[in-house]
Amino acid sequence: MSETHKPRPAGRFARAWDSDIAYSFRTSPVAVVAAVVSVFIILAAIFAPLIAPYDPFNPASLNLMDGFTPPMEPNAFTGNVYWLGTDNQGRDVFSTILYGARISLFVGFAAVLFAMVLGISLGLIAGYRGGWVDSLLMRVADVQLTFPSILLALLIFGVARGFIPPAYREVMAIWVLIVAIGLSDWVQYARVVRGATMVEKNKEYVQAARVIGAHPVKILLRHILPNVMGPVLVIATIGLALAIIAEATLSFLGVGVPPTQPSLGTLIRIGQQYLFSGEWWILLFPSITLLALALAVNLLGDWLRDALNPRLR
Amino acid sequence: MLAFILRRVLQSVIVMLTVALVAFALFRFVGDPIASMVGQEATLAERMELREALGLNDPFIVQFFTFLSRAVVGDFGISYRLQQPVMELILSRLPATLELALVSGIAAFVFGVGFGVYTALRRGGWASSSIMTVSLIGVSLPTFLIGVLLIWVFAVELQWLPSFGRGDVVDLGGWWRTGFLTESGRMSMILPAITLGLYQMTLIMRLVRAEMLEVLRADYIKFARARGLSNRAVNFGHALKNTLVPVITITGLQLGSIIAFSIITETVFQWPGVGALFINSVRFVDVPVMAAYLMLIALVFVVINLIVDLLYYLVDPRLRLDRSAAGH
Amino acid sequence: MSGPSENPSDKTPLLSVRDLVVEFPTRRGTLRALDKVSFDIAQGEVLGMVGESGAGKSLTGAAIIGLLEPPGRIAGGEIRLRGERIDNLPREKMRRIRGRRIGMVFQDPLTSLNPLYTVAQQLIETIRTHMDVSEGEARKRAVALLDRVGIPAAARRIDDYPHHFSGGMRQRVVIALALCAEPELVLADEPTTALDVSVQAQIIDVLKEICAERGASVMLITHDMGVIAETADRVAVLYAGRVAEIGPVRDVIQAAEHPYTAGLMGSIPTLTQNAARLTQIPGSMPRLNAIPQGCAFNPRCPKVFDRCRTDRPELIDRDNGRHVSCWLYDAATQQVAHD
Repeated sequence: MSETHKPRPAGRFARAWDSDIAYSFRTSPVAVVAAVVSVFIILAAIFAPLIAPYDPFNPASLNLMDGFTPPMEPNAFTGNVYWLGTDNQGRDVFSTILYGARISLFVGFAAVLFAMVLGISLGLIAGYRGGWVDSLLMRVADVQLTFPSILLALLIFGVARGFIPPAYREVMAIWVLIVAIGLSDWVQYARVVRGATMVEKNKEYVQAARVIGAHPVKILLRHILPNVMGPVLVIATIGLALAIIAEATLSFLGVGVPPTQPSLGTLIRIGQQYLFSGEWWILLFPSITLLALALAVNLLGDWLRDALNPRLR
Repeated sequence: MLAFILRRVLQSVIVMLTVALVAFALFRFVGDPIASMVGQEATLAERMELREALGLNDPFIVQFFTFLSRAVVGDFGISYRLQQPVMELILSRLPATLELALVSGIAAFVFGVGFGVYTALRRGGWASSSIMTVSLIGVSLPTFLIGVLLIWVFAVELQWLPSFGRGDVVDLGGWWRTGFLTESGRMSMILPAITLGLYQMTLIMRLVRAEMLEVLRADYIKFARARGLSNRAVNFGHALKNTLVPVITITGLQLGSIIAFSIITETVFQWPGVGALFINSVRFVDVPVMAAYLMLIALVFVVINLIVDLLYYLVDPRLRLDRSAAGH
Repeated sequence: MSGPSENPSDKTPLLSVRDLVVEFPTRRGTLRALDKVSFDIAQGEVLGMVGESGAGKSLTGAAIIGLLEPPGRIAGGEIRLRGERIDNLPREKMRRIRGRRIGMVFQDPLTSLNPLYTVAQQLIETIRTHMDVSEGEARKRAVALLDRVGIPAAARRIDDYPHHFSGGMRQRVVIALALCAEPELVLADEPTTALDVSVQAQIIDVLKEICAERGASVMLITHDMGVIAETADRVAVLYAGRVAEIGPVRDVIQAAEHPYTAGLMGSIPTLTQNAARLTQIPGSMPRLNAIPQGCAFNPRCPKVFDRCRTDRPELIDRDNGRHVSCWLYDAATQQVAHD
C-alpha cells in the first residue's frame, strides 16, 4: 500500500545504497562475509612485499637450518620463531602463502580476462556474422563443453610445452598456464554475448549505423555490453573461482607454475609430502588459504547470480 | 527410431573423426617424433631413413589415414617415455580407472538425486540449508584438496584406511584385474571414490534441485495440486519424473567427466589408472600417450552421449513415434 | 456489512467470500493484492469475475482453492463452502476438497497437462485419489467423461499423450480432469484466453453445459466481457483488488452503476454501436504499491467528488440484487442530489 511504501532517497550514493542489489547484499550475511574475505586476501596478496616478513624467492635469505620449524615455536638450531612455521627449505610459510596467493590470483585474474575477451569477441562475431561462422563456433563450443575444462587445460598445457623449447618452459610456464585456463573457459561468455547480439543486430539503430557508415560492430559493442554486463559479471566471478582452482590443481599435479615460484597449489603439493612425517603446518595453512579464497569468490558469484536473477531463488 | 539412431551414430563418428584429427595433429606436429625415438648420436642419414620408414614424408592426408587405420585397431605407437606400446599401457591400467569411476559415479548419482530432491522439497528448512552450504563448499573445494585432507584425516591421523594404491587385486581371465574381491582392495577404494565422486555429487544435487524447483513451478504441477492429488503423488509421481528427464542427459555427461577427473584423484592416491599415466605423459611431453588418451576419452564421451540420447528417447514420450509430426 | 447474496430467501450459498484480504509481504512494505473482497456464488450459478489484469481475479481463485503462492497469504476475511470455513483448514483437509469439491481449470492447456503421462493415467489417478473405485471403473468413467467433453474416439485416444492433442482438445481434457471427481464448484481461470478464437465458444459451451447438468456452480474468471455476457448469471467487477460492482449480468451490462464498470462496458464494441463512440477510461489501474486514498478509482473517475478522495466506499446493497461500492449511491450523497 502507498502508506507503507518508502520513497526513493535522493543522491547518487544513497540511491546506490538503496538499490535492490545493494539491499540484497546488505541483508545477506554470506555475501558480506565472502566479500570481506575475498577483499582481505586480494589486498594481502597485492601488498605481499610490504606485509611478508621474509622474501621466500630470495635464496640468500634462506637458511636450510630453519627448515621444518613448527608454528610459533623457536627453531631448535637457530632459535628463530615463525608464525606459521617453515617448510622443508626453511621458507617462512606465512610469507610463502602471501606470495603464493599473489601468483594464484594473478593467474586467475589474467585467465578470466583472457577468457572474457576471447569469449566476448567470438560471441560477437558468431552472433553478428551468423551462418557458417556461427555454426562452426557454436559446434566447437558444444564439443568443448562436453569435456571437463581441467582436462582441456591439461591438454593445451601439454601441447604448448611440446612447442616451447625446454630452455624456455620454466619462464613461459605462467603464461602458458593463463592461456590454457583461459582457452578452456571462454564458451559461456561467447554464448551470452552471441544471444544478445542476435537480438540486437536487427534493430533499427544498427541498420542506421550501417547507413551512416559507422561500423555496426562498434555500435553493437556499445549497446550489447551494458546489456550483458550482469551475466558476464556472474560468469567472470564464478570463472575466477574456477581459474584459481584450476591453477592450484595444475600446480598440484606438477604441471603448473615452476617450483621456484610456488603458488598455493605448489605449496599444498609440497605439504602433502611431509604429511606422514608430522609436519602438518606446511599443508594446513596453504590449504585453508586456498579454500577460503575459492569458497569466498564462489559464494560471491553464487550470490551475484541469485541477486541479478531473482527468479532462480 | 532407426533413423534417429543412425543419425546419432553418424554424428558420433564425425565427432570422433574431428578428435582424431586433433590427436593426429598433436602426434605429428608437437615435438619431433624422430628426436624422441632415436638417441643424440644418430646421424642425419639415419634420421632421414627413419622418417621415410615411419611414413613422415608422405602427404598429410595419407599420414592421417594411416594414423586412423592404426587407431581403429588400437595401434597408437610406442610411448616415448616408457618404450612400450601405448595401447598395452592403457589397457593394463584401464580396469583400475573404470572400477573407481563406476563406484564414485553410482554413489554420486544416488546421493546427488536424493539430496537434490530433498533440498528442493524442503526449501528453507535448516537441514536443506546446511546441505546446500556444504554442497557449495564441495563445489569450491579443489578435488585434490579433498583427497589430501581425506588422507590426512583417515589415513594419517585415524589410520582407518590406506592412503595410496589399489590394495590387493585379483586377476580375472588375464586381462582384468579387479580390486572388488579383496578386503584391502575395497578399503583402498573408499577414499579415492569419495574424492572423485564428491564434486560430481554436488553438481548433480544442485542440478536436480534447480530443475525440480523449476518443475514445481510448472502449470501442470499447479494443476495436479488443484486436483487434490496427494503431496507424494505430486512431488514424486509428477515433479520428480519430469525433473529426471533433463537430469539424465547432464548426469550422463557428468559420469563421462568422472573418468577425465580421475586424473587428479589418481595422482593424489597414486592409483594405477590411465589418468596417472596421462599426467605423466603431459609432464614428459609423451605425445603418443597424450594422443591415445585424448581418443579414449572422446570415445567414452561419445558412447555415453549415445546411451544418454537413447535413454532420453525412451523416457520422454514427446520424442517417440511421431517425432517428425509433433516436434519441429 | 450485509452479505451481497442475490436472493436473500435462499438458504446458505454454495460459496461465500467475506472481506477477503490477500497480502504479499515485500521488502518495501506489504502489498495488499485483495482488499476486503466479498461475494457469493449460489448453487448452480455461473458467476463471472472481470477486471483488468492485475485486478486480483486469478488471486481470488487461488485463495479460494488454497493455492496462493508464497509469500502471498490470506490476511483476513473468510471463505465458506456450504457454510463451512475452508480458508483455515489443515493442509490435508484442504487437499481433499481440491478436485473433489472445488475443481479448477487453468488458462493454458498446453502447459496444464503433464507431458510424461497419458491422458488416461492423469484422469485415473485423479479419480482414484478422490473416489473409492477400481482401476477399471475409473477408466470407464474417464472414457465417458472424455466423450462428454467432446473428444472423438475417446476410448482410443485416452491412451495418447497430451502432445498428441490440439490446443482446443487439450483444454477439453483439462476440463475433464477438473470435473472428473464431480466437484460442486468449478473455478475457470481464463479458460479460453490461450485458445484459437474459433474454438473458444465451444469450450465455454462444453464447460457450461456439463456444469449445468451436474448442478455445479462456476466462477468464470476472464477479462472478456463478451464471454461473461453470454455465459454468466451474475458478474463481479474487480478493480485494484476491490469489488467495484456485483449484479445480474444483464443489469450490469445495460445499466452499469459504478463509473468504472460503465467505462468498461463502453469498451465492448457491438454491432449497433458506432466505433467512434467507444469510450476509453483515461489513465490506467494503479500499481499495488500506489493505490490512492479513498476510492481506488478516484483519479480516473469522471464523477469524482471530494468524499471519494478521502473515504473508501463499502459495497452498498442496492436492494435489486445489485451491489456497488461508490459514494454516488450513498444515502447522504443521494440526499444532496435530490435537494
